[in-house]
Amino acid sequence: MKRGRTWLAAIPPYLWLALFFALPFLLVAKLSLSDTALAIPPYAPRLDWSRGVAGVMAFVRGLDLEAYARLPQDRIYVSAYASSLRIAALATAVLLVLGYPIAYGMSRFGPAARQALVMAVILPFWTSFLIRIYAWIAILKPAGLLNSLLAQVGLPPLQLLNSEAGVIIGLVYAYLPFMVLPLYAVLEKQDESLLEAAQDLGATRAGAFWQVTFPLSLRGVAAGALLCFIPMVGEFVIPDLLGGSETLMLGRTVWTEFFANRDWPAASAVAIVLLATLLAPILLFQRQQAKVLR
Amino acid sequence: MSAALNERRGVGAARSTFAPWEDPAARPLVSFQGVSKRFGDHQAVRGLSLDIYEREFFALLGPSGCGKTTLMRMLAGFEAPDEGQILLEGRDIARLPPHARPVHMMFQSYALFPHLSVAQNIAFGLKQQRLPKAEIAARVEEMLALVRLEGLQRRKPHELSGGQRQRVALARAIAPRPRILLLDEPLAALDRRLREETQFELMNLQHELGVTFMIVTHDQEEAMVVADRLAVMREGEVVQVGRPAQVYEAPADRYVAGFLGDVNLFEGRMEAQGAEGLRFASAEVPGGLLAAEGPQLAPGASAWLAVRPEKMGLHQEPPPEGANRMAGEVHDIGYLGDWTTYVVELSSGRRVKVARANASRQVERPVSWGDKVWLSFAPDSAVVLVR
Amino acid sequence: MRRPSTFNRVSVAAGLAFLYAPIVLLVVYSFNASRLVTVWGGFSTRWYAALLRDQQMLDAIWVTLRVGVISATLATVLGTLAAVALVRGGRFRGRTAFSGMVYAPLVMPEVILGLSLLLLFVSLGLPRGFWTVTLSHATVTLCYATVVVQARLASFDGALEEAAQDLGCSPAGAFLRVTLPNIAPAIAAAWMLAFTLSLDDLVIASFTSGPGATTLPMRLYSQVRLGVNPEINAVSTLLIGLVTLGVLAAYLVQRRRADRA
Repeated sequence: MKRGRTWLAAIPPYLWLALFFALPFLLVAKLSLSDTALAIPPYAPRLDWSRGVAGVMAFVRGLDLEAYARLPQDRIYVSAYASSLRIAALATAVLLVLGYPIAYGMSRFGPAARQALVMAVILPFWTSFLIRIYAWIAILKPAGLLNSLLAQVGLPPLQLLNSEAGVIIGLVYAYLPFMVLPLYAVLEKQDESLLEAAQDLGATRAGAFWQVTFPLSLRGVAAGALLCFIPMVGEFVIPDLLGGSETLMLGRTVWTEFFANRDWPAASAVAIVLLATLLAPILLFQRQQAKVLR
Repeated sequence: MSAALNERRGVGAARSTFAPWEDPAARPLVSFQGVSKRFGDHQAVRGLSLDIYEREFFALLGPSGCGKTTLMRMLAGFEAPDEGQILLEGRDIARLPPHARPVHMMFQSYALFPHLSVAQNIAFGLKQQRLPKAEIAARVEEMLALVRLEGLQRRKPHELSGGQRQRVALARAIAPRPRILLLDEPLAALDRRLREETQFELMNLQHELGVTFMIVTHDQEEAMVVADRLAVMREGEVVQVGRPAQVYEAPADRYVAGFLGDVNLFEGRMEAQGAEGLRFASAEVPGGLLAAEGPQLAPGASAWLAVRPEKMGLHQEPPPEGANRMAGEVHDIGYLGDWTTYVVELSSGRRVKVARANASRQVERPVSWGDKVWLSFAPDSAVVLVR
Repeated sequence: MRRPSTFNRVSVAAGLAFLYAPIVLLVVYSFNASRLVTVWGGFSTRWYAALLRDQQMLDAIWVTLRVGVISATLATVLGTLAAVALVRGGRFRGRTAFSGMVYAPLVMPEVILGLSLLLLFVSLGLPRGFWTVTLSHATVTLCYATVVVQARLASFDGALEEAAQDLGCSPAGAFLRVTLPNIAPAIAAAWMLAFTLSLDDLVIASFTSGPGATTLPMRLYSQVRLGVNPEINAVSTLLIGLVTLGVLAAYLVQRRRADRA
């Protein structure tokens, strides 16, 4: 096929992304090497072009790793880092355990019902994320719906709002479609005759599931887990609204450093650390997607 | 090649004396008794009864939608019959789940587990039986040798050719030593040459193992080549059961005659039955129709004479007047190498198919399009059908 | 043949209940006369009335809609170009870097995107406000738009375009007359997705917005931080109703098109 000059279409989005994605990213990296200053914007050094080469030299000399050096010394950063990974990993595990039976159940229905079910799973995604998380405040708060329900059946109230458990509930709720859909995609494509062949050869229904269906769905498991884990590590809204002041996560730390403490270099350094942490899972995810596309 | 040929002859000889269905004392291995199955509005199988005997190679033949696949899936346990019994060695297995039946199936798609190697695929059924590791390994080796896949045990299904996959599927299904092996269109995915080779391999294998095979196919040639007996199905019922030659040469009705090979049907009215055979009057054949034998028919009853194309004679000079003789014009010629088929149009507009073996390389006066020709057939070539 | 077992049915039903229960509660309690979540004080539309008098909230809705429409349109145009270049452009110079930039924002935490865009606007000396939010949203949603259009374009038979050229269309004409009409549904879907994402975004907007350009999520967030407020329930219900109508309309349009085909 003759390609002609179709590649020219890349120019506008290319320039756009270079300006609004790549360049800003370099700015974050640069800022993470700067120091906090009281002036506005609150960081130093600033690149002074009017002084020419001397200005650039002064600027480069002003850069240092101070913002990074502070991170491991401050207990807050360390525990935010640890709990980000822990909470995201826990939530991913819960999502897998809850999402798999849902996706598997969906894949067992007829074609028309399957399509409707996929729509039903996607639909909540179109309603505001913030609002869906907000709804959980009313459910989880001490005098909320869950506790009044528990009181009616004579169970003691649970302290879920402003706790790590609350954050995990919120994460599981918000990310459930992102776990269910990739799992469903592999399960739905699975050849039904494989399951029949396994049963024909003497495997029970459960045996056929564990020996055939599950191993063949591992690609979906990996896709779903990465698709949820990556953004959950950097999640801000859910820990902020459901986690209370106790639950520290990296996304929230960036926000606090920036808006509350006005320590821009620290915020940038945390952002870079967050990104570096996620780099491996992101690359893994992209490699896996490329494999699926091929 | 010659070894294979001898083997084939041996098989043929063994086959001719093998006929447990003619022995009234023989107990069938599988017995369908009044089995029915309905899917919504569609009656897939209706009140069907059929016996299959130990060591038999049995073929279920019919067009798609005739219920043959449903019948096989009921035997495998993937569908439960609405009515009737399915007996395996006298025990009703109709309610048994698939995994509890000593019946294994080779799937049309092969259904090889893509995440398992060839050896793991073959071992799958053995592992379900919780056989000791050493025994599984030994049996897998044996199976690999049997289907000539030694050295490929570590390959994954996607690294195999179509023919190799077919053999893995076969090995996997026979490894746990089923009482009966079901083959669902086992050769449909192979190209013609490979299919012919594999047909003979299947027969040899079945003979060697002594396992009962039941094959489902829509390909009449395949069924005739491999099967000891075949059952022709239509709309959920068995129309005829018998040896391939028996069904081909003595079809039970016009449907079977037309489904199993090509056939010309001549309609006639019964006139008289004498020493020469049954005589019929026919609108299409001026000299009347004559069949050497047939059922008792009342005068005036209508019937059909079925004549296979290869049993029709084609003449360029008019043959002597008499019965079973008609004139026409060559409408179409299909040259197949070993055979040539001619379509001859009679004056009534009716088309008749004639097949001639190309016995010599050169013909003095070749028949060509538009030629005037005469057709005839011997009275003992015709089968009288009333349905 | 697939048949769902009781276990399959129960898991699917429980999953859907979990997804929808909070949304249903939200809608129900937006009509609660009482301020307390656990107490049903009778049916009332007082929170909707309160909402109509809340000028700040109405301003925020207006800002959000304008940001959404403009940024979604920008993102769809740029995203379609990017998809065409990626699917049909062959191996042009810089393709790897380009596709990297297109896909990276999909998985990058929002706080990082927000922070980096803010730093860009600060160094460029751009005053933060309506336009900085719009540009930021266009940048982030352009990636989603690309993915949606790209998927459709990749499955679209290139031979059709060749057939059009064979029949005398110029390459550009073939694209406009054959390919574009066929990928139009995907372009529409891309716009809807971009618009919804813009409508929904809190983090990036908070970083890149300035005085006078408070979006609805920013406004909601500051209210939510203060606790449960039935007025938010009312806004949420309106938003949910809007989305439901949109999805329903899209479904009906699609079905009518399918009927005609």
